[in-house]
Amino acid sequence: MTSLPAQPTPKRLGLVIDLDTCVGCHACAVNCKEWNTGGYHAPLTDFDPYGAAPDGVWFNRIHSYEAGTGADARVVNFPKSCLHCDNAPCVTVCPTGASYKRGSDGIVLVEEDKCIGCKLCSWACPYGAREFDTDAGVMKKCTLCIDRIYNENLEEVDRVPACVATCPASARHFGDLGDPDSSVSRLVADRGGYDLMPEMECAPTNKYLPVREKTAGAGATLPLEDASPEGGFLGWVDRLLSDTSAA
Amino acid sequence: MHPAYSIIFFTTASGLGYGLLAVAAVFVGTGWLPAARELGAIIILVGVVLVTAGLLSSTFHLGHPERAWRALTQFRSSWLSREGVAAVLAYVPIAGLAWGWVWLGDVAGAWLLAAWLTPVLAAVTVYCTGMIYASLKAIPRWHHPLVPWLYVALGLATGAVGFHLVVAMFGAANFRSAGVAIVSLLAAAVLKIGYWRSIDTADPVATAETATGLGGFGTVRPLDPPHTAPNYLQKEMGYRVARKHALKLRKITLVTLFAIPLIGVALSVFAGFFLGAALAVIAALSVGLGILIERWLFFAEAVHVVTLYYGEKAA
Repeated sequence: MTSLPAQPTPKRLGLVIDLDTCVGCHACAVNCKEWNTGGYHAPLTDFDPYGAAPDGVWFNRIHSYEAGTGADARVVNFPKSCLHCDNAPCVTVCPTGASYKRGSDGIVLVEEDKCIGCKLCSWACPYGAREFDTDAGVMKKCTLCIDRIYNENLEEVDRVPACVATCPASARHFGDLGDPDSSVSRLVADRGGYDLMPEMECAPTNKYLPVREKTAGAGATLPLEDASPEGGFLGWVDRLLSDTSAA
Repeated sequence: MHPAYSIIFFTTASGLGYGLLAVAAVFVGTGWLPAARELGAIIILVGVVLVTAGLLSSTFHLGHPERAWRALTQFRSSWLSREGVAAVLAYVPIAGLAWGWVWLGDVAGAWLLAAWLTPVLAAVTVYCTGMIYASLKAIPRWHHPLVPWLYVALGLATGAVGFHLVVAMFGAANFRSAGVAIVSLLAAAVLKIGYWRSIDTADPVATAETATGLGGFGTVRPLDPPHTAPNYLQKEMGYRVARKHALKLRKITLVTLFAIPLIGVALSVFAGFFLGAALAVIAALSVGLGILIERWLFFAEAVHVVTLYYGEKAA
């Protein structure tokens, strides 16, 4: 059914991505592809991987932007994946019922067996979260790793999305954003987490933590140590050697 | 947006087919056109072939055409599904019209009802086609209140020119068939020009700054792309070829879709049979070319907000 579930869903599982700590290493994208090419949407296309024009489905892509100009400009690594919106337009446009948002935890999924591959959902998404699998003829997208987070064959510590598990900088956090006391909700409240492109009115579940303000003086070029120190042992040595060479 | 040829053919052919059937049904329903069987057979055949070919071609770009029947199930939320349902329902009055007009040679009673339901369901179907595009907020130039009405007006205008051609071939063209074509062409032209003015002067809905949330630092520019070769999103949404030539293509659209057909249809009424038919042919060929350019431009001019992540500044 492509009508959206009653809001809010009891759980709102999603990601909180810290733009301040992301180092732009692409490990989350690589581990996502690695897990998901054997997961719910397996396999993911990987055409011409070592050639001139590699092409394939990725659920997670890491952009990098320069924001601002001059001394105040910032380089920001910017991972982007499905935001599992509350008001997901990709769900309501689907003519077949293949695209749906789960009432239990808010995860947006595609049921491949029902998908006719009309691509309308990818047109409806402002964030580019959906990518068409030209080989299977169906649309694919981030599943928030439903085959990890509910997987009782994994250790409990590993029951998080692949991108979160692998992030070496802990820039990605997973949890229930519907629970105001969860660690991710507190993180959003403390750091002022925000929505991407709020004017699209999709009410994304995933939040982004802003880049922190620069520490005063940080990044300013500090002078090298003085070559002609005044006083002290080094001053005495300097004076002595300088006098010798002058003589 | 990348213009898929199957979708351009689908929207223009089905619009023309529904327009032709709708105008013909009104003419027969009002008695402006004699319920001549041969004329009815030709019009219904051409109309149904255009509509059906259009609907079939819309399945060509699908990844799984064999599952297309599923697209009839989600009419409660999806305009694409609503269009499919409306298209199937529209065959009912069209079949009734065909039965009365072609088989019985008389449109009366239930068949008259079918004649009046045909334009209603044709308009509903084409309106739904327009709403598929107008419902997409992520493509601001499509998410515009005029878009579904443009689809209806252009379907009616192209259909009316087609209808004028068919009746001209039967020597039955008159001021009414020409008048409907001229009025609907003028109405469509006014809507289209109004639409272009509106999208050209509209403020951007989103920017690279709001897309990333980094506007607090200043202007946002892409530094390193996420991948070394263009991905699906860039190929599907990042089409820019036509935007470069948009103004020239708009002029060509105005001439081929509106000016030449208007002149051709108007003159054809005053000409004799052969010259009149020739002018109607020219008008129809021109309107056919014009609607293809218009629809191609409709896709190619549309900017998707996802391109803001790939270097577009505002959408």
